Amino acid sequence: MDWGSLQAVLGGVNKHSTSIGKIWLTVLFIFRIMILVVAAERVWGDEQQDFVCNTLQPGCRNVCYDHFFPISHIRLWALQLIFVSTPALLVAMHVAYTRHEKKRRFRNGEKIDIEELKNEKMHIRGPLWWTYTSSIFFRIVFEAVFMYVFYYMYDGYQMPRLVKCNAWPCPNIVDCFVSRPTEKTTFTIFMLAVSGICMMLNLAELCYLVIKICMKASRKTT
Amino acid sequence: MSWGFLRDLLSGVNKYSTGIGRIWVAVVFIFRLLVYIVAAENIWKYEHDEFECNIKQPGCENVCFDHFFPVSHIRLWALQLIMVSTPSLLVVFHVAYRENREKQHNQKLYKSPGEIDGGLLCTYLISLILKTGFEIVFLVLFYKLYNGFEVPRLVKCDIRPCPNTVDCYISKPTEKMIFLYFLVATSCLCIVLNLSELSYLIFKYSIKCYLKRYIKKHQ
Repeated sequence: MDWGSLQAVLGGVNKHSTSIGKIWLTVLFIFRIMILVVAAERVWGDEQQDFVCNTLQPGCRNVCYDHFFPISHIRLWALQLIFVSTPALLVAMHVAYTRHEKKRRFRNGEKIDIEELKNEKMHIRGPLWWTYTSSIFFRIVFEAVFMYVFYYMYDGYQMPRLVKCNAWPCPNIVDCFVSRPTEKTTFTIFMLAVSGICMMLNLAELCYLVIKICMKASRKTT
Repeated sequence: MSWGFLRDLLSGVNKYSTGIGRIWVAVVFIFRLLVYIVAAENIWKYEHDEFECNIKQPGCENVCFDHFFPVSHIRLWALQLIMVSTPSLLVVFHVAYRENREKQHNQKLYKSPGEIDGGLLCTYLISLILKTGFEIVFLVLFYKLYNGFEVPRLVKCDIRPCPNTVDCYISKPTEKMIFLYFLVATSCLCIVLNLSELSYLIFKYSIKCYLKRYIKKHQ
């Protein structure tokens, strides 16, 4: 049970997405999940071990680390990726429900091709349009919320080299040094940039869907 | 979910590549991805722990390591592998778009959706140019960040809180240097393969175009 299971679930939703949705999914897998797993996790791997404070007082290092890093960047990114991927499940559930209804009608005697039903691509109209659009809206909200949480929790997106700490049991103001601050800042800005790109893609998809439905409605009335 | 994803992606791309393109995929798999996973990752695994400075001042090692390795070699290598493999997705998207169009119109619009002609040729050429561009950008980045491809045994550091100029020793410098040169060599090989594929395609389709026009003229 790891990122591979998320890939399996989202891969299923991919069939029913618009082209922009498919690009978003690719960006999510390659530039966010993959970068998180192969690079970012290694950079943050030794964060507590190599967090060094200029004091011999036992417990001071632990307390200072906990004070400056309440939730590690890596954990926040993992949560962000999970929350941002989850609205797609709404679409998957809707599609599964529609298929279930069709199968029920087949059992009641209607003629439906079962094999075609399994591989059929659902067009985004009617109730599915509402589900799909709400899933994009939630994705945008979650991205924005997490970007703000990062900004608020870490006072911006830069990782300082040195933090000054005087939490008990540190005897006075103690210098503590963060490990690999430049590399961490680079990856934080990279992940922020890709979050921004994903948000733009979601906004573009939302506008595309709204414009499409307005044009359809205006064509019907004329 | 890690390098296996990239491997599947590249295998998918292989279907729509030319002969040289398939050689490129094989070089990336075997001489870059495989070498990275089985060898390079382990060399740089404990780079921070094994970086030692001749001082007991807490924080000095952290600060010196950060100064000499703003972004670790191995992370740049991983980013390079990912960025260089991604342009091939453009071709995959274009073929999927063609197949989708054929399905929508329920008729054969293309000789074969995977054959490199017309619009797909443009997409393929753009992906080759992007791949070559990324390779060159990363090589230049490596060169600029680390003053060449050498890994010194000893670096001298005098950043606060180090009290004076301190000797710091990098772990496995020779092994790292050998693998860096290997990375540069395989990058250059991939650039050469991409450029030859680019010239081959441009040459082949110019000849095709010229012949078509010549035959039309004489009919």
